Amino acid sequence: MKHDIIAEPGILEVSNLHVAFGRPKDRVSVVNGVDFSLAKGEVLGILGESGSGKSVMLRSLMGLFPRRTHVTGHVRLAGQDLLAMDKKTLRNIRGRDVSMIFQEPMTSFDPVFTVGRQITETIRRHDGVSEQDAQARALELFELVAIPSAKSRLTNYPHEMSGGMRQRVMIALALACRPKVLLADEPTTALDVTVQIQILLLLRELQREMGMSVVFVTHDIGVAAEVADRIGVMYAGRFAELAPTRAAILTPRHPYTRGLLAATIHGQQRGDHIETIPGAPPNLAHLPTGCAFAPRCGRSVAACTEKMPEMTVFGKTHMARCYNPEPSQI
Amino acid sequence: MIGQVPTTGADRMQRILADARDRGGPGQPMLILKDIKRHFPIRKGVMNRTVGHVQAVDGVSLTVMKGEILGVVGESGCGKSTLSRLMMRLVEPDTGEMIFDGDLVDDKVGLTTRRLRRQMQMVFQDSFSSLNPRMPIEETIAFAPMMNGSSRSDAIAAARALLDQVGLSAAMFARRYPHELSGGQRQRVNIARALAVNPRVVILDEAVSALDKSVEAQVLQLLIRLQEEMDLTYVFVSHDLNVVRYISDRIAVMYLGRIVETGSVDEIWDNPRHPYTQALLASIPSLDPDRRTMAAPIYGDPPNPINPPSGCRFRTRCPFAETCCEMHDPAAVTLPGSSAHAVSCHMENEASGHSRVGTNARIAEVTQ
Repeated sequence: MKHDIIAEPGILEVSNLHVAFGRPKDRVSVVNGVDFSLAKGEVLGILGESGSGKSVMLRSLMGLFPRRTHVTGHVRLAGQDLLAMDKKTLRNIRGRDVSMIFQEPMTSFDPVFTVGRQITETIRRHDGVSEQDAQARALELFELVAIPSAKSRLTNYPHEMSGGMRQRVMIALALACRPKVLLADEPTTALDVTVQIQILLLLRELQREMGMSVVFVTHDIGVAAEVADRIGVMYAGRFAELAPTRAAILTPRHPYTRGLLAATIHGQQRGDHIETIPGAPPNLAHLPTGCAFAPRCGRSVAACTEKMPEMTVFGKTHMARCYNPEPSQI
Repeated sequence: MIGQVPTTGADRMQRILADARDRGGPGQPMLILKDIKRHFPIRKGVMNRTVGHVQAVDGVSLTVMKGEILGVVGESGCGKSTLSRLMMRLVEPDTGEMIFDGDLVDDKVGLTTRRLRRQMQMVFQDSFSSLNPRMPIEETIAFAPMMNGSSRSDAIAAARALLDQVGLSAAMFARRYPHELSGGQRQRVNIARALAVNPRVVILDEAVSALDKSVEAQVLQLLIRLQEEMDLTYVFVSHDLNVVRYISDRIAVMYLGRIVETGSVDEIWDNPRHPYTQALLASIPSLDPDRRTMAAPIYGDPPNPINPPSGCRFRTRCPFAETCCEMHDPAAVTLPGSSAHAVSCHMENEASGHSRVGTNARIAEVTQ
């Protein structure tokens, strides 16, 4: 799908991305045509429920797939197509140009090496500097992510740190080579709320200082509202809506986005009416022919069950896949 | 905030008291916990020696009134799940006592665990592991009533009626197995299973935390409807402050094995007095892109419950901490003008010697 609203090519260009798992006869389509362009210094929040394909989509941006994955489409990072690269080139790019932070920092570290060693290894692998220089950089990074008594913390093993501290180390590790794009997969979901806000503020500050582009996957609208410039709402492997954060939250056009916002419990009290979305997300092995949300949608029209609606552009930067969008003013 | 705290209405209370199992009348709390403690030993080495204790619940006193929904909030590791297991007697307390509608819960001299569990049931976070994968769901729901003496046909009929009541059509779902259901549907089955023995109290331990947002609201509304229809009392344990605010009448805030503040929902939200409660509320993402959070209310992570700080356990992260906080455990102080708002903070206790006593110090003023 082409849209001419984004004039210059972004740092990351994704077009017509499809990801499916399994053998042809029992194929499960997880990502079903994702297009977006990420500008330099932009934070894109990807919002979706479990099974919406948000995590798989994010991993595709780094070429991380399990075996027997069927991928089509293009992921261009600074003009180069990641999906067409050989493994060696891809390895050089991962951690240097694009890096990722995960939900559970404990399982993302090697438990038998100190965290300092794991950071210096990354720096030396990509930048080829001396051990001493790498150590100095690691210390700088630890100070950057506000780890108290940074020097002694470098000699810690992952299990010796608390969840929030480990997430800071993971951010330090991801930023070690000043990547152009940072991919974050629910980095605060496993954290306590008082720690979550610290990590979100830290990420926001570092992103601004380093001019990084970020793709931030979350299921929590509140978290997306805190960090994102633009929000993409995923449903059944596609963007239902893609809009600047303010518009996505205040004037959503897709009925799913509106339903999700209405069903999110935030500040309501007992007795307040909460509108819920009926039914449950679709089975990805048997997606309906038309709009995947149509069976749960209160605004569906005849066309919805026949053909998937294309992305429609409202205003300048607001897009939604819907034949019968919500009115622009609520 | 406008609006009254939703208290148990008069006719509802009448129905609760009409229950043949009721003993103490309306003034008698459903559940009283008195100074409950549970420390888990940490064993190490070939001798399996105890090298320390996780102080999961360290002296909790709590009252649950008849017909109310008490929310228990706190961060991971604060002991809220251990507390709910203690109430259910899945974990035995080291010290302290529990009184259920006037009866001491004690296998030797009081209400036995077996009889307690006919009146109190629990719903867990993980909807899959709490169901038997080899049993159709109607049999799972009918299992406990059959153990308690119902005939098979009665129990199955009741299970089917319950399935309808929790929004799963019995005709469609009764013979299905847990793996054939979605997370939200399984949690509905768990709710039906808990209700099958016709309990008076249900403990909900992170019961909606694993559900997607669009399903979470559905299940919460179901819980509220059932509570009203069946005159239940809930203890709702969760880390999600928004959800706890929505469902609860009263809230207890836990930190590192202790309760730091209790009060009605409005008292906690409009006038949080413990610095930790203030920090928790200020840490909720705003959901308003025009008013993003600019500064973290407190720094650092919760300390390790194996070796908690002396005195007030929050003092290591509290911007108002002074020497007295290190020296003495703060006692719970009931605020003047309120019967239910109690805070365990030296700043609320005139005898503590804290320099900010009575100043109503707010964390936001320090960090902004």
